[in-house]
Amino acid sequence: MDPVMLSRIQFGLAAGFHFIFPPLTFGLTLIILIFETRYLIGDNDLYKKISTFLIKILGLIFAMGVATGIVLEFSFGTNWSNYSRIVGDIFGSPLAAEGIFSFFMESVFLGVLIFGRKAVSKRVYWTAALLVFFASHLSGLWIIIANSWMQTPAGFKIEGGRAVLTDFFAAMFNDSTLIRFLHTAIAGWITGSLFTAGIASWLILKKRDMDTAKPLLSVSLWIFIATAILQFGAGHIHSVQVAKTQPPKMASFEALWESQAGAPMSIIGIPDPDAKKTHYELSIPKLLSILIHFDSNAKVQGLNEFGEDELPPIVITYLSYHGMILIGSLFALMAFMGLVLMSIKKLHESRWYLTILLAAIPLPFVSNTLGWMSAEIGRQPWAVYRVLRTAEAASVVVPAGQILFSIIMFSTIYILIFAVFLMLLFKIVQKGPDQITIGYVGE
Amino acid sequence: MDTLQLLQTIWFFLIGILFTGYSVLDGFDLGIGTLLPFMAKDKKETATLLTSIGPVWDGNEVWIITAGGALFAAFPHVYATVFSGFYLALMLVLFGLIFRAVSLEFWSMDEARRGLWEWSFSLGSFLPALLFGVALGNVIAGVPLNDKMEFTGDFFTLLRPFPLMLGLLGLSAILLQGCTYAILKTDGLLQNKFRRVSKWVWAAFACFGVLSLMLSAVYLPDSMKNPLAWICTAALVVFLVLNRIWLNKKNDAVPFIMSTLSFASLWGIAGSLQFPNLVRALQGSDLHLTIYNSSSTELTLTVMLIIALTGMPLVIGFTIYVYRIFKGKVKL
Repeated sequence: MDPVMLSRIQFGLAAGFHFIFPPLTFGLTLIILIFETRYLIGDNDLYKKISTFLIKILGLIFAMGVATGIVLEFSFGTNWSNYSRIVGDIFGSPLAAEGIFSFFMESVFLGVLIFGRKAVSKRVYWTAALLVFFASHLSGLWIIIANSWMQTPAGFKIEGGRAVLTDFFAAMFNDSTLIRFLHTAIAGWITGSLFTAGIASWLILKKRDMDTAKPLLSVSLWIFIATAILQFGAGHIHSVQVAKTQPPKMASFEALWESQAGAPMSIIGIPDPDAKKTHYELSIPKLLSILIHFDSNAKVQGLNEFGEDELPPIVITYLSYHGMILIGSLFALMAFMGLVLMSIKKLHESRWYLTILLAAIPLPFVSNTLGWMSAEIGRQPWAVYRVLRTAEAASVVVPAGQILFSIIMFSTIYILIFAVFLMLLFKIVQKGPDQITIGYVGE
Repeated sequence: MDTLQLLQTIWFFLIGILFTGYSVLDGFDLGIGTLLPFMAKDKKETATLLTSIGPVWDGNEVWIITAGGALFAAFPHVYATVFSGFYLALMLVLFGLIFRAVSLEFWSMDEARRGLWEWSFSLGSFLPALLFGVALGNVIAGVPLNDKMEFTGDFFTLLRPFPLMLGLLGLSAILLQGCTYAILKTDGLLQNKFRRVSKWVWAAFACFGVLSLMLSAVYLPDSMKNPLAWICTAALVVFLVLNRIWLNKKNDAVPFIMSTLSFASLWGIAGSLQFPNLVRALQGSDLHLTIYNSSSTELTLTVMLIIALTGMPLVIGFTIYVYRIFKGKVKL
């Protein structure tokens, strides 16, 4: 098999598996900070219990994130060595900066959260929670900076066959960095808040740990409601940015074949690249033009305008993008229902809704993955958009057999550790906030 | 020396410092990890050892993540050549690092399979502890490279006597870090066990050190004429002897400090032998990857230097602060 395709499969699997954990970290560190703040101000042990419970879960999630994250850093050298040679002058810095500015801080102070409750004062412990929250988000920002440079490269010139930095801030804060970060951070808060809302719902459904489950549900649900609605705005701005900076990608998202004024927005359909049309398509006339240009007659570029060698695989890009939006819409619906139930004070009695919250825990992981698939597959055939093709980015000295071996190795390990992770997660939740202890003994 | 060369030289040192920081800090938890199932006879001893490294191992491991990132940013060709060339070896390192990262948490929560997670933590610590030295041995001894800076050997190229010896030397240095840190953090019977084992590990370190020196004379005759390398070797001997003296005196802290300084001396030797090369080519010095032909541009090296100079003092500051929070003997 083609070594480039194998390396793409490996990176896709490794990045997809890794990205189960960072969004949870975003949401959990935020909720932990909220409860630690309430504990610091109100001195109510209830909040300490909730926070301790969440820190226990965070420890497990963080270990999984570290284990799977280091694979990605190594991959740029092992599987994408030409990429490293050609764009290392720009791409290496954010990875190093992530380590220096964020990852040290996050790891060191997470140690304080997990092991230091008795060793430090309340104020120091709260500061540790703040720093873990801050550092985990800053860490995400550096990674998003690196990714955004691949999507909308800036601040560089091509010299002697490689990309050379000319303006650090232009490269870091390129056209898509800030909006991609906002979109990703909100996705993380949705993921984390629905996760804890689902856990709290389960406790309430089981009629246990009610004193801790209710405040946890309330905080989680408020964050979920706010972020699920905010994501529509952030997602919209991000799409407009894609349409303006990566038009072939937007055309693929929408499977818009012909360039046209007053372009419709596709709701659902089955794109057919051979026939160059979308079957059974349901679409809203002129909406795409309105959303992108705020003008119902503005022209939007279609796929036929670009050469075959500039286009990503259409079907998977279209379906993943639309799948993401479908799930995002479900979140908004759930948020609205939650808002209604809270305003009529029927939340804790509405067992059907608590069951929905519990059952919906996996959904953000699906939409996160679909979002990244549309962003990354939609960028193809480029590793760095219009600078470096994916086929030219791969290592040349690594034989296909070795990559196949590593794919099998990672898949096996990941399935194994994910099974253990889930089992232990269930175990922590079973125990519940009222019983949980922290540290390596006393269990 | 122009500005670019100065920056390239500075980054040679900074990356050396990052690798040294990784070795001495993660070294002790890799060492304790490797020895864990052999040293801890019951759950309490295991918990004591794991708690001694629990709050800090993660921060320690960030040193390699940062060193890797800095190598990527400052010398991208070295990152590309070594990581793609040593593919299978690095996959084994990753295999180890993945299991290592999850095993501690898994051990603390999964009572039914604690034995399994002890062993996976041990294996996951042993593999990187051995293989990082082998990798370093290879870039010092030289590997086959072509004129496009690509590695042209295979997996077995990496398994030559000199690199394997450096692997053992690195492993013994890491085990000594682990043993002396355990002496610092434990007391009673467990501490006594580590005192006894330290002496054996010390003997292995000294023995592999002498053998490495002999193999250097055979495979790297030029290294014998390197005065700086001899100075670092002399320092290594002094620190190792002091380490042994204070081990014999049953001191708690000094052996760890001396072990740390010994490890730093090893890096001093490696740096003295390599400068200004990063990866030697077997075919001759024309094809060496040096700090001059494999670095990023002046602007990137400058930006990175600003990042390092603002960030690292902060990192060192709060790392010391947190170590102080958890100082003293482990109390369960």
